[in-house]
Amino acid sequence: MAHAQTEAKPIVEREQALDWLRQMLVIRRFEERSAMLYQRQKIGGFCHLYSGQEACAVGSIGVLRDDDYVITAYRDHGHAIARGMDPKAGMAEMLGKAAGCSKGKGGSMHFFQVDRNFMGGHAIVGSHIPLAAGFAFASKYRGDDKVTLCFFGDGAMDQGALHEAFNMAGLWKLPVIYVVENNMMSMGTQLHRHSAVLDLTQRGGPPYGFSASIAVDANDVEAMAEVTLEAANRARAGEGPTFIEAKTYRYRGHSMSDPMKYRTKEELEKARERDPISLYEVVLRERGWVDDESLELMQAEVKEQIDEAIRFAEEAPEPELDEVYTDITVSPYIPQE
Amino acid sequence: MAVMQYREALNLAMTEEMERDDRVFLMGEEVAEYNGAYKVSQGMLDRFGDRRIIDTPISENGFAGIGIGAAMVGLRPIVEFMTFSFSYVAFDQLVNNAANMRYMSGGQFSVPIVFRGNSGIAGNLGATHSHRPEALYAHFPGLKVMMPSTPSDAKGMLKAAIRDDDPVIFIEHENLLGDKGEVSEDPDFVVPIGKADVKREGSDVTIITYSRSVITSLKAAEKLEEEGISAEVLDMRTIRPLDLDAILNSVTKTHRAIIVEENWPYCGIGAGVADRIYRAAFDELDAPIQRVTAKDAPLPYNRRLELDMLPSVERVVEAVNQVLYR
Repeated sequence: MAHAQTEAKPIVEREQALDWLRQMLVIRRFEERSAMLYQRQKIGGFCHLYSGQEACAVGSIGVLRDDDYVITAYRDHGHAIARGMDPKAGMAEMLGKAAGCSKGKGGSMHFFQVDRNFMGGHAIVGSHIPLAAGFAFASKYRGDDKVTLCFFGDGAMDQGALHEAFNMAGLWKLPVIYVVENNMMSMGTQLHRHSAVLDLTQRGGPPYGFSASIAVDANDVEAMAEVTLEAANRARAGEGPTFIEAKTYRYRGHSMSDPMKYRTKEELEKARERDPISLYEVVLRERGWVDDESLELMQAEVKEQIDEAIRFAEEAPEPELDEVYTDITVSPYIPQE
Repeated sequence: MAVMQYREALNLAMTEEMERDDRVFLMGEEVAEYNGAYKVSQGMLDRFGDRRIIDTPISENGFAGIGIGAAMVGLRPIVEFMTFSFSYVAFDQLVNNAANMRYMSGGQFSVPIVFRGNSGIAGNLGATHSHRPEALYAHFPGLKVMMPSTPSDAKGMLKAAIRDDDPVIFIEHENLLGDKGEVSEDPDFVVPIGKADVKREGSDVTIITYSRSVITSLKAAEKLEEEGISAEVLDMRTIRPLDLDAILNSVTKTHRAIIVEENWPYCGIGAGVADRIYRAAFDELDAPIQRVTAKDAPLPYNRRLELDMLPSVERVVEAVNQVLYR
């Protein structure tokens, strides 16, 4: 596995590194406060939290261009924020408000932001994987050099849609990067109980003629950035797709309704010893880029940013009732009632 | 005007739209080098090359999704299902992604895509290859469903579908592909989505139908004329959104209606159409609406049994006689 942060020369400048640390803090706080709002029944539906996986989204999205495409599954808040979504728009969506990133019609699992080419949060396991190939197909069709970055969980490895899309992506050498965030659990079913082959790099890239199939420690934000950047460069050069197995761990259940009886407290504590945010703080301290004072200031600013997002979301108006019939078709919609 | 087959009219529609707009392309199984399993895309690979006429693996779920993704970022794909029965393999993409994308993104993404191919009871193909999926897809808000009955409509309606900014399910009929008729060669000839067509004027009864059943119904109307009955044949053309005004205009004139379709009866198209007529124009009706459908069974292979499934001229005549209390 690649370990970028052990290398002599970091792949990022100080300003970028601090921005990545801040993004991870924003995502963590956004998620932990969301859990509280869910428990208070302010957030409905299913709510899948990303805590523990922050380095994966931040490192990989962090090396993309603004005109590249990003798409993910239902555990989407972290990717949206890493792609530049204002936490206000995200939190308002969680609360179902008209000011939400999907006008309150998408909810936790369906965050979208077209002006950041953030192509959504998609809630049917594996169903968005062909869409990513479609964005990449369009890039190739047009002859531009945009790259598509597609995230999914290890559970999606078992879906036929993945196999079909991977085959065509490899066949047509599409500029797409597929990242499986392997948190070792398909809902509550551990990897060894849902996958016949435990090394996902064997299931992902080689059978489909991808340009590379790489496992990476996704608790290491710079390692994640490095492999993604290499993959993006290959894609832009016409060398086709890359499969990245991002080894990670989620602290929370599959969703907020999951009591997590399938794992022990000891396992969770062990995982927390390699917390991606703490690890990065250590690295940045060693480089002299942060100290106690600057970290405390950053944490206070992040706390205020999320408090402000929650205030905004709580005060935002509900959608009007006639909004139920808008955004169904581009042409004027005629309800067939 | 030129006389051409239904399949040639479909080909002409796609060819004209691809010449007009570089964002339009065709993908599907055997559409390119094989020239289409049903020869609808004959010659298009030679004309447009393999950038725009794209053979896919047999992976309906995958290539339907790729088309949807391409549409989300501004291309205008035409995705062919060799037969529409195979669209069920891609059902998740059509109903969870194509139909919902605009709504769940709060209007940020649209999906200007056409899913087309043939369907219908024909050719001893048995239960798996003879589906009529229109009732299923018409159920979903966000999808439009079109089914042409003539070569002229095939061209004009497909052009409208390709130009439309929303996902369109465009269902052809295997038994109509070789039908010939007059077709406009005007590249701007378009039959608008959501506009029904009176294929035959009449005053005693309205036969509401679409696709191949239009042809059956017209034959029935001729037979009825010999018996002194004047039947109006109304071709729905678009299944969703329904042209309710056209239906009500006709029913208000004739006061009697039957609905003819190849679908199964329960939750079929006629069930929805009859419900809307009853609620909008109950007082106009002089008799309960009759329905002529396929029988409520899977499609049998045996030719005699298969033919018996179809809405025949005789069954249409019988239904008309029922609403006329003859």
